[in-house]
Amino acid sequence: MNQTRLHDWHLAAGAKMAPFAGYDMPISYPIGSVEEHLVTRRSVGLFDIDHMGQIEVTGAGADAFVSRLVSARVHDMKDGDARYSLLLSEEGTVIDDLFVYKIPGAWWIVVNASNREEDLAWMLALKGSERAFDAVSIVDRSEETYMIAVQGPRAIELLDLVSDAKISELVRFTSGNAKVLGVPCLVGRTGYTGEDGVELFFPADDAVRLWTGLLSEGEKRGIETKAIGLGARDSLRFEAGMPLHGHELSKEISPLEAGFKWACDLEKDFVGKAAVLRLAESGVTRKLVGLSVTGGVPREGYEVQDESGRAVGKVVAGMFCPSVKLYAANAFVEPAVAKSGTALRVVIRGKAAPAVVVKRPLYVPTYRR
Amino acid sequence: MSVDKNSRYRSSHEWARKDGARYLVGISDHAQEALGDIVFVELPEVGKQLKQGEAFGVIESVKAASDVYMPMSGKVVAVNDAVSGDPALVNREPYAGGWLVAIEASAPAEWDGLLDPAAYEAEAGKE
Repeated sequence: MNQTRLHDWHLAAGAKMAPFAGYDMPISYPIGSVEEHLVTRRSVGLFDIDHMGQIEVTGAGADAFVSRLVSARVHDMKDGDARYSLLLSEEGTVIDDLFVYKIPGAWWIVVNASNREEDLAWMLALKGSERAFDAVSIVDRSEETYMIAVQGPRAIELLDLVSDAKISELVRFTSGNAKVLGVPCLVGRTGYTGEDGVELFFPADDAVRLWTGLLSEGEKRGIETKAIGLGARDSLRFEAGMPLHGHELSKEISPLEAGFKWACDLEKDFVGKAAVLRLAESGVTRKLVGLSVTGGVPREGYEVQDESGRAVGKVVAGMFCPSVKLYAANAFVEPAVAKSGTALRVVIRGKAAPAVVVKRPLYVPTYRR
Repeated sequence: MSVDKNSRYRSSHEWARKDGARYLVGISDHAQEALGDIVFVELPEVGKQLKQGEAFGVIESVKAASDVYMPMSGKVVAVNDAVSGDPALVNREPYAGGWLVAIEASAPAEWDGLLDPAAYEAEAGKE
């Protein structure tokens, strides 16, 4: 089992730990997942996300390589731009979802911890498939790079106070370099909570110093700042309508089914494009919807039924949502019952609980309002 | 972990305590701590007859759903509506406002066979 550099800190803070993607990670701290969620929505949450992977792509042909590799348009990205994208198989299903940062001289690709090795192998295979990619260099930077997310309505205020650059001047979905508490960071105005904030990439040896420094600076300056575990990270992203690979996206799911056509640039060539076009032509047989459920907590694997009791789909993620105060699920259902307002049921412990299709996201990210 | 000195316990972490002519039933502080934030509580109908060891409800935390079991046999004479509306009450006050059901015991002697606070504390502490 891998440990992050903050493992001892998490234990000392009384965190409940559990294995996630091969790492022993904090699930919650003594204040509890619900309060952690709410702290992030009202002030600042700090997330140890060192398990995430970072892959650097450089060299002649790197632009064309990345453009072929990922589904999103990247050829128009300028230094500093950051964009969400998908890594598709030839079958048009989702190997991983990732964030692509264009930084001076390189592409910086942030991947999910559990898919890192598969992503790397996939990238190397694509590189080997064409002479034009011979000079492309693909390097896994995950070991030496630490990653912390600082998220919440007061995150930028805190960052501005402790950085040597104005983080507030970074536009959403761009990155820049700054020293934060003296630590040289790549600062991305990105995140996975639906709140404003940043994701920091920096040398792993500085992890404890930056983490504890941000917590104490927050306290000193009267900006409530708390460590947040993976439990609240999940409910924050869920409310904000963001996918978690293995749930809303997977190697069995097409971006068209999950509502990610917007992340596919059909005007360029990319791996999996032909399959995406074929499915667009024939039409999807299931769609991702949000459900609001009464009478229990909907959870992964639960069956979704129509009002006659016929099975029409399955829940891929579900939970209590602390900000919108709903028991909600994401489920793949037949397109005929995917319209907002459709009355359905979720089978919870053998009982059909009333459910209704609701618009996603339940919580509109603050930077989109 | 705290234990309530006036309650007796089942090793599956429920407690029972005499309250006038009835017994109150809930889950222990150790149990609520292990479950994490409780977000939903499903309780039985008033009037339901339940045997010792029988599942009488479900507690859902942010992580998982867990059955809760009767520490004593009896008839449900009241359920705590306050925890249905505010499930986190079970986290905050597992032995007080966070009780789950009140029962009319059909075999009061069962209470004597439950774990006393010291024995429960010792057993739960081993987990």
